[in-house]
Order: sequence, then structure tokens, then C-alpha cells
Amino acid sequence: MPSIERRAIAPYLFFLPALLLFLAFSVYPFYLLTHTSLFEWDGISPAKTFIGLSNYWNVLAHDRVFWTSFSQAGTITLLALVLQNALALLLAIAVNRRLAGGTLYRTVFFLPPILSEIVVGLIWFWIYDGNFGILNEALSHLGLARFARAWLADPNTALTAVAIIHMWKGFGWGFVIFLAGLQTIPEQLYEAARVDGASAWLRFRHITLPLLVPVCVVVSILTILGTMQIFALIIATTGGGPGYHTEVPITRIFHSMLGTSRFGYACAQGIVFGLILLVFSLAQMRFQRRVS
Amino acid sequence: MTGGTVIALQRLRQQAAQWAWHVVCLPVAASCLFPLAWMVSSSLKTQQTVFTDFSLIPAVPHVENYARAWIQGRFGIYFLNSLGYTVLVVAGVVACSALAAYAFSRFTFRGSGFFYKLLLSTMLIPIPGAFVALYILLNQLGLIDQGSGQWLPRLGYILPQINGGLPFAIFILKPFFDGIPKELEESAEVDGCGVLGVFWHIMLPLARPALGVVALLTSLAAWNEFLLAYLVFSRHELMPLQRGLLAFHGAHLTEYPLLMAGMVISIVPIVAIYLVMQRTIIQGITAGAVKG
Amino acid sequence: MTRIKSVRHLTQRGTCLTLLALAGSAVLLGIAGCGKPKAAQQPGPLRVWHWMTDREAAFDELARRYQQETGTRVRFELYAPSDIYVQKVRAAAQTGGLPEIYGVLGELRDLASFINAGHVLPLEEAMSRNGNAWRSVFFPKALAVNTFTRENAYGVAPGVYGVPVDVMNVQLFYNKRLLATLGLDQPPDTWEAFLDVGRRAAAQRLIGFVSGWAELWLIDCFATDYAIHEMGMKQVEATYRGKVPYTDPDWVRVLGRFAELRDSGVLAEGIVAMGNKRAEQLFANGQAVFAFNGTWGVNVYQSMNPALEYGVVMPPRTDPNRPMVTWGGAGSSFFVNAKSPRREEAIAFLTWLTAEPQQRYLTEATQNIPANRSAAADLPAPLAAFADDMDDTVHPRLFSVQEESTVIEAFDKGIQSILIGERTPEEVAARVQETKRLEASRRATRAARQEGGHAID
Repeated sequence: MPSIERRAIAPYLFFLPALLLFLAFSVYPFYLLTHTSLFEWDGISPAKTFIGLSNYWNVLAHDRVFWTSFSQAGTITLLALVLQNALALLLAIAVNRRLAGGTLYRTVFFLPPILSEIVVGLIWFWIYDGNFGILNEALSHLGLARFARAWLADPNTALTAVAIIHMWKGFGWGFVIFLAGLQTIPEQLYEAARVDGASAWLRFRHITLPLLVPVCVVVSILTILGTMQIFALIIATTGGGPGYHTEVPITRIFHSMLGTSRFGYACAQGIVFGLILLVFSLAQMRFQRRVS
Repeated sequence: MTGGTVIALQRLRQQAAQWAWHVVCLPVAASCLFPLAWMVSSSLKTQQTVFTDFSLIPAVPHVENYARAWIQGRFGIYFLNSLGYTVLVVAGVVACSALAAYAFSRFTFRGSGFFYKLLLSTMLIPIPGAFVALYILLNQLGLIDQGSGQWLPRLGYILPQINGGLPFAIFILKPFFDGIPKELEESAEVDGCGVLGVFWHIMLPLARPALGVVALLTSLAAWNEFLLAYLVFSRHELMPLQRGLLAFHGAHLTEYPLLMAGMVISIVPIVAIYLVMQRTIIQGITAGAVKG
Repeated sequence: MTRIKSVRHLTQRGTCLTLLALAGSAVLLGIAGCGKPKAAQQPGPLRVWHWMTDREAAFDELARRYQQETGTRVRFELYAPSDIYVQKVRAAAQTGGLPEIYGVLGELRDLASFINAGHVLPLEEAMSRNGNAWRSVFFPKALAVNTFTRENAYGVAPGVYGVPVDVMNVQLFYNKRLLATLGLDQPPDTWEAFLDVGRRAAAQRLIGFVSGWAELWLIDCFATDYAIHEMGMKQVEATYRGKVPYTDPDWVRVLGRFAELRDSGVLAEGIVAMGNKRAEQLFANGQAVFAFNGTWGVNVYQSMNPALEYGVVMPPRTDPNRPMVTWGGAGSSFFVNAKSPRREEAIAFLTWLTAEPQQRYLTEATQNIPANRSAAADLPAPLAAFADDMDDTVHPRLFSVQEESTVIEAFDKGIQSILIGERTPEEVAARVQETKRLEASRRATRAARQEGGHAID
């Protein structure tokens, strides 16, 4: 009998620490946030004006810049999902093959994620700079000087240029998780396939990829969340400019909260943003369930 | 063809493949190493030469920058603080998330699915608005540094970080637990192991690679954290390492060589943690094939 | 089996204990939160919050001297970047946790909010003591930025609220050597001559003009200078009041100045993606002829290239018959927490901090113009050039009316899109006016709602 009792209580005990922290440090602040989103408030004065859902209405119906910033973050996310994760997977496979110098690669690939945005901004500025930039120098050496430009200041290239920095800085995360995932695939499977004469591509297609689906979903959801919430890098490179060309949701939320002191409005923007991300992530998880 | 030539051909093919992988990996590795090399190089220059002397190894290396950064940036105090905070946050996140992720994976009860989604959705709510809400909460709990006592503010710094790391950690761990066959536990329970015993003796060792990933990501986040530190702390004695860098990176004046020296100092422990965790991730896998 | 069992019990007990400890600490926290913090027996240090982390060493030294002289401990607590600082101050204000002395970042309406919420001690009385003894040490412009006039729009009681520690303005730095290689011995004083220098610089593959125009406020400085220069203060204020549209030819002409800058080639490539620190690097390294930068640039250039030979002038006039103005006023200011019981101690410290010896020390250590006039008597050359023009400064805070911040953003971002050749001045003017109209209608509904609310009361 005691064992049944234990079984009934144990799950709750397992949850308890996480639940307590979650209630205190997530649910309660979220409640305050939601509450504030119904008010017009500058973040300072003791008086708040209740305005119902007006903030939400203004976000949804009138804030064109916010939605532009949304689609720009979406563009960076799409690029990151495809290119950054492909690179991460490719490098993880390479390192997983007991490549000579694999330990060194493993260490080096994780350097960009731990670098400060200040350093990243400085270094990439020299590459993209329109005056003495390395990229422009390289182009003119190749006889392509007509393509030279200030890459971060040109409305046609600014967003892509920022996306490239972001992907370079971020692929290390995917790399680490993919590597952990690859490690869990038993070597025997590959050996059996090799004995059957399966080519490298077939082995990848029929062993690696299917077994890696859960890891891929984890990585892609983390990529979506990490990229949609991109902020520090934007501040370190373009500050959202030129014009609105590299604005992203978080820069807009900060702008509402601190730039124009519309605290309630910033909360509403944050909640709308979070809800949309939530819908996307749930859809992705459902999709994964269907695949596997 | 003799057996010898076949083997020689095979070896040649393998070597060619190795080289092909190096061709992919090397440029990426170089791009990752360059910023670090630049940081170290800049940290050995002076404020006057940092942007004019382009040599990678300066003629007169100013090694004393490290000593100046260490003293001026008060790294003596900050370093120990950061170490303590990181260890506690990682321990907290790993313990709470492993318990919760295992429970999510094995016990289903009314509302567990809802709770899981709720937990994950906290990953999606952008921080800006929550910052002030968190301050209000911590203040109500008496966990804001008011100039006396040190343990409550330290706790106020650690607990929200543990909570902040939980969703990601659970999100990464749950699929790993899902992948571990249930038969292992059933046979252990037949052997007389209780729920916690199974968790401790069987599940945790099997989940080592994933726990390594979680510990790695958490320690990186904890080591680089500074926003919450400014919110909670007001005294130098309690501040983490990142605060030290600010003395060199002001609103107007940036002392680049000292900033870079400080950053190199702050990166070393993270690289060390990474190397240790990598070994955990790899060892965990060689200990036994996890997925069948 | 027994061995495993005992281990099992152990781990179970361990986990239970951990959980108990967690629950216990949660309860304790609750208790700790309920109890009022006990009043300390010995008063702690006076706490000062600010965002200028690059002045940490100088501030700490001053705190040390103050303790030596008076026995009162002062602790400077510096937080950066500034957006974090803003949040910390606002959060602390919500919970009554502000220190004795702090800085307020933001626009005039934000300061007004702090005052109206009772967080800022009026200093009119302290300034007037002993025949205006304290008031008279400052540059009048420095105090003006922290002063509310009788007819202010925020319902703030008139008077001084903040103590400036330094003053600044934003002007044009020029590199003497580069100017000479372009065949000039004097900086250009007309707009045409200025653009012409740009053309010559471009021909010699030199960078003409740098400024951190990825940061909107620096664009705003430049644009405001020329708006006031060309159309006068009255017209600018009338626009803010909504009486004159941004589509007015005067405004289109001011916006057109940026198209002229763009077409002349005087601007650095990609200036709209240039942070001010990057612009400062280029000028300090002698790679750019002009830099539009604030007084703090003196300190930055000094630290990066002490041999740099440069001069400072007002931006060139477009109309020789009208005076040129430039942005300026108090650099950073301190405010006294009205809710602190130690207000008088705070005032005493700030009086000491703004007295001549301390101001001289700060000037020496941070290369800024002191707010104290007698400390500014014999400044080194570049700082003196800035100090001399303090009388020609303007500051949005001194306008009788403030523009909506959403409109300011549309205006500055619009200028960026002119600079990258994406929009014409006319298009930008129309967009800014549209933002202004939306903001006005929003304001009207807000006012109507508030009146409705009063009716219910």
C-alpha cells in the first residue's frame, strides 16, 4: 500500500520545486504585466488610467511599424532556420566523424556564442564598413567594386547583413545540441548499413535524419525563439536603422517603454508578441508529433 | 586487384573525405577564432594604438593591462561572486528541471499537459516589461539589496535565474527522457527500486549528455548575466563579473584595451566549463547506447 | 537488494529534505518580505545612482575626499547601459526604493512625472539660501534645463529641481591637418563652403563628415539646430503646438539640407549605420575632416590620440544674417529624493560637489565643462571653445512646448531615409505630419475619456 501512496504523491513532489519557482517568478510577474497592459501609464506616475483593450487595439490595428519589425524578425528567423541550422548540422556531422582535430573544432565552433555583442559589433563593422570595409576591399580586388557599399546602411542589404552576423554568432548552439543528438545514435546501426553497402548519403538519409527529428525540432524551436527575440545584436550594429529597416519586435517594445514612456502599451505589445510565438511553437510541436 | 591495393584505395578515399571535411570546417573555424585573436591582441595594445596598429602581435605587448583590468575592474570580488552564482544556478536548474522533465515524461495526470505548455510559453514572453514587474516582486519578498545583509539579495539574484533557465532545460530534457525505454524502469522497479531510486540510479546517468547540454547552456547564461544583477544589487561586494567590464565601457568613453583584457579574463572560465561539459556529453554516450 | 534499498531510502530522504528546505525557505522569504526592514543603528552611506560608469574612478575619489572632510560616507552606485538604468530608477520609484540622490534620464515629461509623483525635492529654497549663494555658482543655462517655468504644460510647481554637475553642447570638430591638405586654413563658415569641402574631400578619398547618426538623438540635434537657425524658435514651437504643419516649406527646406549633405559627398559612407563611438574612432585616427559631436568628444579624442590637432566651431550657417544655435545645457544632473529623511545631508553633499575645488577636480579627471562658472574660468583650449558658446545653446527642454516623442522618432527616422536616398524631403514631411495628426487624434480621445471619467466621479 505505501508504494501506491508514494506513486500518487511522487509526481507532485517531482514538480514541486519547479512549480513554486514558476508561480512566483513567472506567473505573478506575468499577471502584473497583463494588468498593466490594460492601462495607460508612463511607468512613473502613481496614477494609471484604465483604458480596457485600447492598447491591444492600437497594436493590432494602427502600429504598422510593429508589424514591419515582426516580419523583419521573421525574415531573419527563416534565414536562420535554414542556413544556420544546416551549417550547425553539417559541422556537427563533421566533428562526429572522429575528424582529426575534432576536439579543437568542437571548442572553436562554440566561441561565437560566448563573445560579447560589443566585440561582435566592432568586428563585423570592419567587414561591412563602407569606408575601409574588408568586404569592399575584397570585392574591388576581385574586380567587383561596383557592388561595394556600406552594407549595414544600405536598405537593400542591411537586414541580410544583420542576419548573417546573427547566424554566425548563433550556429554554435545548434552545433552543440546536434552533436549531443548524433552521439546518441548507436554506431552499430551505421556499421550494419555499411555492411549492406549503403552509401554515405543513404546512411544519412535513412539513419541519421530520422533519428535526429526530435533534436531538429528542439533546435528549430530554440532558433525561432532566439531569433525572434533578437535584440542586443541589433543595438550593437544598426540600432534598428537605417529608417526602420532592421527594427525587430523587442527594439519596438523597448522604444515604447523607454523611448516614449508608454508602459502599458509596451506590455500589450509584449503580450501580443508572446502569444503569436506561442501559437507558432505549439503548431511546430504538433507538426513534430505527426512526423514522428 | 590485390587485397593490399583495395585497402590502400580505401585509405586514400578516407583521407580524401577527411580533407573534404577540413575544407568545410577550417574557414568556419578561422572566422570563429579571429575575434578571439583580435581581443587578445587588442588587450595587449594601448588606447592610442588599438585602432591604428593592425599587427596581430603588438611590438610592445602591454601585459600589464590584465593587472590593471583586474584591479580597476575589481575582478577580485566579482570573479568569486560570479563563480558562486553560476554554480548555484546550474545546480538549481539541473536539479529542478531533471525532476520536472522526468515527471512530464513519465507521469501524466490531469493538467500536466497544460502545465507543460504553460511552462514553455514563459520562454516566449519577452523580458522588457517583466523587468519592472520582477523588481516589484523581489522587493515584496525583501530580496532587493538595500545596503545591509547579503544572503537575501544573493538569493534574489539566484532564484529568478533558476526559474528563467527551467523552461529551456525542461524543453531539452523531456525528449531525452521520452527516448529512454520504459522497460528499464520496469525491471528496476521489479528489483525493488522506488520511483526516486529509479530516477536517481537509472534515469539520471542515462540522461547525462542532455544534462551536460543543460548545464552548459545554463552556466553560460548565468556567467554572462548582468541585467538582473543591476536590478537586485547596489553594492560592489555582491556584483558579478560582468559589472567589472562596465567601468571600461561607459556612456561616452570606452577604454578598449582594458575592456578587451577584462573580456578575455571573463571568457576563460566559460571555455573551461565548455570543455568539461563536452567531455560529460561525450562520455555519457560512450557509457551505453541510449536510444535503440 | 538491501544495499540498493538503503541507498533508495537515503536518496528519498535527501530529496524530501531538499523539498522541505525549499518550502521552508519560501515561507521564510514570505516572512522576511512582511517584516519592515529595521532602521539601521548607524546611518549607512548616502547613496547616489547614476549611469556614467566611465566616471566611476573620479566619483569614488570624490566620495573618499568627502568622507575625509565631513565624516559622511557617500556611495556612488553606477549602472549602465542607460536603458537598464532607466528601468532600475523607475522600478525603484514604484516601490519607494530610490536612493538619496539619483539621476533621471528621459524627456522633460518624464522628469515632470517624477516630480509630480513626489520623488524629486524642489531645490528652489536651497538654491535661494544666503542670497542665492548656491544658485549663483552655476551657468544659468545649466540650471535652466532643470527648471520648470510658471507656464509649463505639466502642472509642475515652478522652480529648480536638479543640480547640474557639468555642462555640454554639440558642435563641429575639425581636423586642422586634413583641412590644410584640402587647401583651407579656416573651417568653412557657410553651408556652401562646407558642402564644397565635402566635394574636395571625396575627390581625395578622404572622409568628410562623421557623426553617430545611427543614434537618432544626434540627428535630432543637427536637425533642430538648423530648424531654429532657419525659421526661428517661434515657428518651431508653433509646429510642436500643431499650428504649423511639417509640410510647411520651411520644414521641407530643413529636411532638404540632409539631401544636400547626401549629394555633396561630405558624409561618411554609411553614416546612418554608424554608432557615435565608431564615428569617434574615425575622427580620432585622423581619418575624417569633420565630426559633429558633443563636449565629451574632447575626453575621447584625448584618450585615443593625444596628438590630434583639431578645432571646434559652430555648425556652418545657411543664412549669414541669422544666428546659429546648437544643442546644449546640463550634461548630467542629480536630483534629491523628496521621500528620503536625509534630504538635508544630500543637499549638503551636492553643494560640496558643485563647489569650485570639486568641480575643478572633475573637469581634470573627466575633461568636461564644469557646471560651476568659476571652475570654468581657465579651461584648456578645446573645452574653452565649447564653454564660450554656452550662451548660444538651445535645448528641447527649454522650449515652451514639447513635441510628441512618436513624432520626433518619425522625423529622425525620416531623415535617415533621406540620407540613404530612399525618400524625398517632401515625402518625409508628409509622413511626419501624418504621425502628428494620428498622435493629436489619439490625444483627443484620451482627453475625452478622462473628462468622461471625471463626470462619473
